Amino acid sequence: MVNELEQHASRIEALARSLGLDYYPVDFEVAPQGLMTEIAVYGLPVRMPHWSFGVRYIHQLVRQSMGHSKIFEVMFPGDPCRAFLMDTNSLAENSLVIAHVLGHADFSKHNQLFARFHAMQGGNIVEQAAAHAHRIQLAIEKVGLERVEGVLDAALALESHIDVDGELRRSRYAEFVPEKPAREHSDFQKRFQSLPGESRPEALPIGPLRARVPPHPEYDLLWFIANYAPELEQWERDIFLMVRAESLYFYPVFACQIMNEGWASYWHARLMREADFLPQSLYLSALQAHSDVVRPFASGEQAALAVNPYHLGFTIWEDIVEKHGLDRAFEVRRDEDDFGFIRNWLDRELAEKSGLFVYETHPDDEIRVASRDLDAVREAILAPKYNFGAPRVAVAEMLNDGGLILTHDTASDGRGLDARRAKKVLEYVRRVWRRPVRLQTVNDRAEPVELAA
Amino acid sequence: MTIRVAAETPWYDLFSRGARDWLRHNQKVREAVKGGLPELLAGSDLMTGPSNRTVMVPVKFLEHARLRLADASVSQGAGQGRGEPGQVLQPGREPGADARSGGTGEGEIRFVVELKVEEIVDWLWEELKLPELKPRRSAALDEPDYVREGWNKRGARSRLDRRRTLKESIKRKTVQEDAVAIIDDDLRFRQLVKRATPAMNAAVIFALDVSGSMDDAQRRLAKQFFFFALQGIRRQYAKVETVFLAHAAEAWEFEESQFFQASSSGGTVTSGVARLALDTIAARYDPSRYNVYFFYASDGENAAEDRDEARATLARIASQVNYAGYVETGGLATFRPRETQLAEIFAELKAGGAPVGTSHLGSQDDVWSAIRAFFAQEQTHGE
Repeated sequence: MVNELEQHASRIEALARSLGLDYYPVDFEVAPQGLMTEIAVYGLPVRMPHWSFGVRYIHQLVRQSMGHSKIFEVMFPGDPCRAFLMDTNSLAENSLVIAHVLGHADFSKHNQLFARFHAMQGGNIVEQAAAHAHRIQLAIEKVGLERVEGVLDAALALESHIDVDGELRRSRYAEFVPEKPAREHSDFQKRFQSLPGESRPEALPIGPLRARVPPHPEYDLLWFIANYAPELEQWERDIFLMVRAESLYFYPVFACQIMNEGWASYWHARLMREADFLPQSLYLSALQAHSDVVRPFASGEQAALAVNPYHLGFTIWEDIVEKHGLDRAFEVRRDEDDFGFIRNWLDRELAEKSGLFVYETHPDDEIRVASRDLDAVREAILAPKYNFGAPRVAVAEMLNDGGLILTHDTASDGRGLDARRAKKVLEYVRRVWRRPVRLQTVNDRAEPVELAA
Repeated sequence: MTIRVAAETPWYDLFSRGARDWLRHNQKVREAVKGGLPELLAGSDLMTGPSNRTVMVPVKFLEHARLRLADASVSQGAGQGRGEPGQVLQPGREPGADARSGGTGEGEIRFVVELKVEEIVDWLWEELKLPELKPRRSAALDEPDYVREGWNKRGARSRLDRRRTLKESIKRKTVQEDAVAIIDDDLRFRQLVKRATPAMNAAVIFALDVSGSMDDAQRRLAKQFFFFALQGIRRQYAKVETVFLAHAAEAWEFEESQFFQASSSGGTVTSGVARLALDTIAARYDPSRYNVYFFYASDGENAAEDRDEARATLARIASQVNYAGYVETGGLATFRPRETQLAEIFAELKAGGAPVGTSHLGSQDDVWSAIRAFFAQEQTHGE
């Protein structure tokens, strides 16, 4: 099968390039179910150990055994891209999956978010993550599992709290306040000082002023802790920065999921359709696999309480190519992320065609269709994506005794934090920060509260 | 273009990272359950009553906490399909139905394990490597009683040992030809002899200071210590009787269920409870037939004028029991300029070679070290 697949793959690639797809080379690898499951759980083939992945692993195994989750492929952008194909895929499925991966590869080379990360980090995240895992293993051998786990508890809990627009390698704040230029004296002051009896006060040299830390609310919590925690050891700092690097890698994948999966689905459908060299029977089976992937909800159901990103993205891309041509589509693929993609390209007609709606869950678990208004639908799709899916929490102040004050931007999040979990996170952070940590948020009556650990 | 297949790169089959992290999670669950056990076990009146009680231990997957927003009263999401605004996609719960039985979001997998108290205690003893108690060597003997000892070819039908008999029969048949199934020579009967056994009865006297200065947290710690001390003693003795004495200025005997609720406002007079304990021992638990243990929990402050009397009565108790343990409760935050009066008395008794021990219970974590200290001390005294 592999030989036959390789032949198909080469011709699919040639076709893709002739249609304008451009990408770094892709390394394909056929992998067994076990590895595919782990990649789905860890997000990377070899990643740092942590017990929380064990819980996700069991959930994933349960879902798979109930048939809710089938993994066809996983693709890691880079140069080369690394793609893993499930070894139980049929020849038809694998042909489709290869076409799909080529769509991802093109997307990740040209989309600005991906390209920015690629430029910062280089195109070998799979190897880097494995190196991170190795370094953490060395740390475990040196200081013991308990201590490393404590640091990972904190770092992974704050995984999403990075500055997604920030640089991978970021230098510390300026230590001193820049000296203010000498104040220009107004005419009035000049004349006033020239009055008899008014002597010009001697300007005492006060020397450079130490800058406040942080000089502004700092949302990149992982970076801040790595750089300013009072007694962080080198290996602990290392862990925080490793988690941060992986998080920066995950952000484009997260922020472009609808576009990226839609783009890949558009291309696997188009390449399959135009690949007249494929046997008819293989095309039909591939088409079947395609419609399984991009259907909005399970057959026999009336509605789904989630939006299938494959289906939504696919629908929007088809519409863009049809109305504005392929060249415009290439531009959109370069310039947008899901926020721009949904706001600019999901129109009323498409939303109606796809049957998109907003639903509300009431305290008694009753679920109702709430609205089909386009703006409401767009916001409901995008709401879980803001700020990397995490509440906006920033470092407000570092006290003289080293205490850390965090604030939650409740105005933009609309409500307070889940106090039980927040407290737990503060406990994780306190162990690393080694000084009291406080977090200001609001309770369910919108009154300010402070959590501490 | 080449596509590699797994057979050429089997590195990831060498071990499963997912399984490794799952095992680590389970280990943490065990630690969490263990950490909760002292509280859990001592929570109810488990000290008296049948020993085959069970407790329900809720076990759930550990959650790695993240910052997230509090639940909104009405949450929104995006969906896809048919239905007009206002249409119900999922009916609400009936009032009174199990909250969140269907559940939204990630279903939480949780289960409840029913554990026998005895098994937990056995497990804890092994896990914490606690030493076992030794009955006093000098403890007197019980009334002579019949015990099984050896076998005889003759005996009453009711004492026939079928297993032994068949073994004999099989042995014989392997060397005989045309053997009969069982002959009289094969029969084996259990024999009884009359022997006196060392006393395996224990009496445990718990005394608790219930004066106003003992707050709820201190009592809970005392209760936990008492509970595990009793469990440890139960492991060793066939029959354990318990006495609960509470005191402030006066002392009374209580049932377990009321014991920890008892409270009194008066001052603290230790000699009162010590005398009551002596009376109880004299009336019910003759030290020559019982292994008597005395445990006393207090915050250590005793009326100054009672000092000499307390010392004398406690010394008499120490001379009669296998072991007298004193646990002093109270947070370390409390300002203590010196050792408390009771701590001094027990220290004096100990210096005099009496079988006594003292421990301090400041927090939950101290319970284990106090138990360990007690059993270790008791073992050296028992030698």
